[in-house]
Amino acid sequence: MARNVTTRHKVTATVFAWIVALIIFFPILYTLITSVKTEPEAIAGFSLIPSGTFENYVTVQTQRDYFKPFMNSVVLAVGSTILALIIAIPSAWAMAFSPTKRTKDILMWMLSTKMMPAVAVLVPIYLMFRDFGLLDTRIGLTVMLTLINLPIVVWMLYTYFREIPGEILEAARMDGAGLWQEIVYVLTPMAVPGIASTLLLNIILAWNEAFWTIRLSTTNAAPLTAFIASFSSPQGLFWAKLSAASTMAIAPILILGWFSQKQLVRGLTFGAVK
Amino acid sequence: MGSITLRQVSKVFGEAKVIPSIDLEINDGEFVVFVGPSGCGKSTLLRLIAGLEDVSGGQILIDGKDVTHAAPAERGLAMVFQSYALYPHMSVRKNIAFPLKMAKMEQSAIDKKVEAAARVLNLTDYLERRPSQLSGGQRQRVAIGRAIVREPSAFLFDEPLSNLDAALRGTMRLEISDLHHQLKTTMVYVTHDQVEAMTMADKIVVLNRGNIEQVGSPLDLYKSPRNLFVAGFIGSPKMNFIDGAYAQSRSARTAGIRPEHLGLSKDSGTWRGTVKVAEHLGADTFLHLDVDGIGPITARCDGEFGAYHGDTVYMTPDESKLHRFDDKGLAIRG
Repeated sequence: MARNVTTRHKVTATVFAWIVALIIFFPILYTLITSVKTEPEAIAGFSLIPSGTFENYVTVQTQRDYFKPFMNSVVLAVGSTILALIIAIPSAWAMAFSPTKRTKDILMWMLSTKMMPAVAVLVPIYLMFRDFGLLDTRIGLTVMLTLINLPIVVWMLYTYFREIPGEILEAARMDGAGLWQEIVYVLTPMAVPGIASTLLLNIILAWNEAFWTIRLSTTNAAPLTAFIASFSSPQGLFWAKLSAASTMAIAPILILGWFSQKQLVRGLTFGAVK
Repeated sequence: MGSITLRQVSKVFGEAKVIPSIDLEINDGEFVVFVGPSGCGKSTLLRLIAGLEDVSGGQILIDGKDVTHAAPAERGLAMVFQSYALYPHMSVRKNIAFPLKMAKMEQSAIDKKVEAAARVLNLTDYLERRPSQLSGGQRQRVAIGRAIVREPSAFLFDEPLSNLDAALRGTMRLEISDLHHQLKTTMVYVTHDQVEAMTMADKIVVLNRGNIEQVGSPLDLYKSPRNLFVAGFIGSPKMNFIDGAYAQSRSARTAGIRPEHLGLSKDSGTWRGTVKVAEHLGADTFLHLDVDGIGPITARCDGEFGAYHGDTVYMTPDESKLHRFDDKGLAIRG
């Protein structure tokens, strides 16, 4: 028997969903509202009605060049994602299609590094960066972001590759495809939806990563996360400007997420609902 | 040319000896069917020939050349998979052209070959479609097309029809047989369906637990099964086995009589039985009977015979068609 869903149930569920969504979205909304308040308004207490000034945006842009950290964020997010995919595609391929007894253990071990508190390795990594001259460099941060997101990228790709029937790859082998041709002509095109959602998710993760980017950069390679953090300074907190900077920092990724949400949802639920 | 020779080929997965040791000769141009119950090692054997699995021991020769350790593509074989294994992101044209592209053939030659294969398989109108836009039968034809264009020395089919419905299976069976007559290329075909084996094969290889039980033409196997396993596996409905006094009186441990070799009458006969289930197929009727002093027996009779549940029916086995088996289950000849 089909479940009996009455109109009242539907209305209740919809209202509940909207409330939850608003609670989740509220911090972003409040940041947006605060960004168009004046500094005195911003510290005056809770208020949803701003005076509607865009002065903060102008100040943020003129006093601290927004474009530079923005470009750093783009380079770090895109660079680390491409690098991670280059490493992860062959590794996930090997683990999905030529598994050994230890494959699961390796995967678990890779994932376990994500469970470690980042601060636990802060000192050794900082010292290594210092000794290799990688502090405050785009290359250093790109490598760092690649490494911290690599386990997730490998796991996601492994899951997608596992969904591809082995017979198709065997057919390619019978058809005379070598290992490389098999990956380029058959596996990768079939895994495009999976690779695309992995790519999008990794860009978002890399864009939002704050712990390492703030600690390993100062000016030259500082991305938007460090840019926002710089508004909380010893001279005091500038809530309105901080909010304007935050809005400008999250806007690009929010827009990317909005346009790719279909792909993201499909990618993240791939396998689970099939 | 396309002769395949297996010399003491064995395959072990961990502790499990899937194929203990097999010797087999497949002649050029032959249509050979590997048949057996699930898990008998027939697909594994095919994959060993294809090179998709490594042998644990023995030798595989194709046209006299040792290919035991050659890569799949170097063996000059083409394979059609149960799941069709088409490339979902490529059009039919690109699917069929793929092996030629891998062989670095010129584009104009590829086009010619693809179109020729499409004509043979009635796929010309579908060349620009994706596999997802085709029916099961069409997909299987694309898979066959992809195999044909390579002009392999032998085709390997791994249960190619088991994903199709019964009607389509019948049609595709004919198409594959017809293709074999046209191409005259060696075909090795794996199935668990003994009807497919009987109707298509020049030579049937009956496998059980990784061993060859018997090799022979369909009628050889039907008329002279070497043992109880083959006798029970080949033929539908399966052969009736009778133990006890009746078998002993014919100097055998077990006697076997096929359902179609029982003469039926409503008035008199050697055995008397009660119909438990009557399966009316139209042309034929299968009667499942409980026979006094013998046990359950299946008989095949004309569709017009008119017997129903609970009826009493008399049977007379055709003694000239009786099979006798000894204590080891081997057939007693003569």
